[in-house]
Amino acid sequence: MTLELLRETLFLEKHNTRLVVLGVAFLGATAGLIGSFLLLRKQSLLGDALSHATLPGIGIAFAVMSWMGLSGRSLPGLLIGATITGLLGVILVLAIRRSTRLKDDAAMGIVLSVFFGLGIAILKMVEKIPGQSAAGLDSFIYGKTASMVWSDFFLIAGTLAVTTVITVLILKELTLLCFDSNFASTEGWSTLGLDIILMALVTAVTVVGLQAVGLILIIAFLITPPTAARFWTNRLGYMLVLSTVIGAISGWIGASISALYSNLPAGAIIVITAALIFLLSMIFGTARGVLPRYLRHRKLQKKVGRQHILRSTYEILENTQDSPPLKNLPIPMELLRKHRYWAKGELPKLIRQARAEDHVERQPTGELRLSESGFGEASRITRNHRLWELYLIKHADIAPSHVDRDADMVEHLLGAEIVHQLEAALELAKSTIESPHLIESR
Amino acid sequence: MRPEHPPEFPLAVHDLTVAYHRKPVLWDVELNIPEGTLAGIVGPNGAGKSTLLKACLDLIPKTSGEALIYGKPYEEQRDLIAYVPQRESVDWDFPVSALDVVAMGTYRKLGWFKRIGRTQKNQAREALEKVGIDHLADRQISQLSGGQQQRVFLARALVQDAQIYFMDEPFAAVDAATEQAIIKLLQTLNAQGKTILCVHHDLATVSRYFDHLVLLNMRVVASGPTSETFTRENLHKTYGGKLNLLDDVAHTLKNIGR
Repeated sequence: MTLELLRETLFLEKHNTRLVVLGVAFLGATAGLIGSFLLLRKQSLLGDALSHATLPGIGIAFAVMSWMGLSGRSLPGLLIGATITGLLGVILVLAIRRSTRLKDDAAMGIVLSVFFGLGIAILKMVEKIPGQSAAGLDSFIYGKTASMVWSDFFLIAGTLAVTTVITVLILKELTLLCFDSNFASTEGWSTLGLDIILMALVTAVTVVGLQAVGLILIIAFLITPPTAARFWTNRLGYMLVLSTVIGAISGWIGASISALYSNLPAGAIIVITAALIFLLSMIFGTARGVLPRYLRHRKLQKKVGRQHILRSTYEILENTQDSPPLKNLPIPMELLRKHRYWAKGELPKLIRQARAEDHVERQPTGELRLSESGFGEASRITRNHRLWELYLIKHADIAPSHVDRDADMVEHLLGAEIVHQLEAALELAKSTIESPHLIESR
Repeated sequence: MRPEHPPEFPLAVHDLTVAYHRKPVLWDVELNIPEGTLAGIVGPNGAGKSTLLKACLDLIPKTSGEALIYGKPYEEQRDLIAYVPQRESVDWDFPVSALDVVAMGTYRKLGWFKRIGRTQKNQAREALEKVGIDHLADRQISQLSGGQQQRVFLARALVQDAQIYFMDEPFAAVDAATEQAIIKLLQTLNAQGKTILCVHHDLATVSRYFDHLVLLNMRVVASGPTSETFTRENLHKTYGGKLNLLDDVAHTLKNIGR
């Protein structure tokens, strides 16, 4: 029963929730898009100050409209009031920042709490206006999706459409502003102007989102989607698209659930949905997620470990035999243990790993012997390692910009010609000194 | 009497004073940078070297005075100028690639609303090639080393195709190879007749890198050809009371045989 209802709501089959779900999904998309720039401009808290500062405006607008004999609860009127005090709050933060030596967070904290307190007081006072019902005004605090009508929907959708178009038009300018505002300013872009445009866009989204999400949680709607998106990509373009999608999904699901259970505040459900997506992104995000990063690190560790044990074995073979060709003989564990520094417990682990990969085999005598494939791999790894060392010594002038590369990729990165030169040099060197490592170990 | 600032100077600073929160950082700066010089601005920490650049570029308000680019205010001459900010001034975790950052040097000519196209990308790629890291074009900028990041900034300035280059500590905390690559590039630009103004902190390389020198310590101590300006007396005046630094200076002077 409930599942069926949920499905109907999610797929917009239910007439009375369709508007709300669509509207909030659209709101989420736009919030995700603009929120990305708010986040990259490092002004998330300013967005929070803005949303809290809208509350007095709502109360005042209600009072003014009642006094003028209009319905105190007309949405456009309330939103205009919200915009005015919201902007006032932002301007106040900026003014405090400019004229005093207070830090941003202090300025924002003060403005945010003072405006919010003022708003609560005003709401309590307007409740007493005779002939008007102020009940429901507090839905602006926590958000209430149930109360959307067609005219509200058009107002919200229209505002969001304009906001989105403007953002897309000035993507380049906003990116420059967020990345390097000083440079932007020397290039003649008005950074103040761009900041004002950005804040205006944020204001538009905040104000039209007030009713559905509520002013306390709208900031999460602006910030959570882009933060989640950032875990999946290092490209701004993808991040913007992803953030838009995550915002839309959070809004869609959140509004659907809260429409079903009318006593659940919409803002809370939306934010929890977004937070779940954030959590998943933080763990699994392919670009900077915790798990992929851990796995990449493990993989690298394993690879380096394999190279260490194979090269060590190969070098021991070289050390213990006088004349080429090199024969693949068993070597005593003791020699391997002494050949280089191994962390505690590292060597047995690496041997286990190498046996699993069929690179080494344990002799009945307890000695270690390279398998046929292991011998080939060891010789290749040792050669590449020496080529790299030689390259770094010979081309120290250009090498530093190339050294963050994998030793395994020597041919791929340096090109056949340099590798040939290095090989020739290596042959020459072989007869006299072998490898810096060999000298140490003798 | 007003000192002479004829318009043939790429940069002429007149009576410049800059103060942060009523504390002056620079005062009464008079400066003429001749065309085609590779000029260094040298002085102790807190001497206002970066502040001087920023004030000339209108990035911070001037308390008094003016800075003229070929005789005109900066906002009329933006096309002539490229700026390389200090590397730490931006967030290198930003989700853009090296190529994206370099392409930002083309934004001014593109103007509002237009997106970068193939032409701009090619320009950016060429610039990356000139600074020797075209193979890193698509890397996210946080995955670049400090030296490589500095080269990205330099490439962005190249794309701007300017007459005057303002550089804020381009040699700070870069590897030796990058330092060599940068100075070579600056010399090439210089040979094309461009004027370069470079905040610098390493006294040991001053006479090798720069043909014009500004010694700064909240005021201009000396300004002129390096051969005349880089003297023991001037360095004493610049680094004055900073005793440990003075030792460095003495050491440097001995090394350069002056």
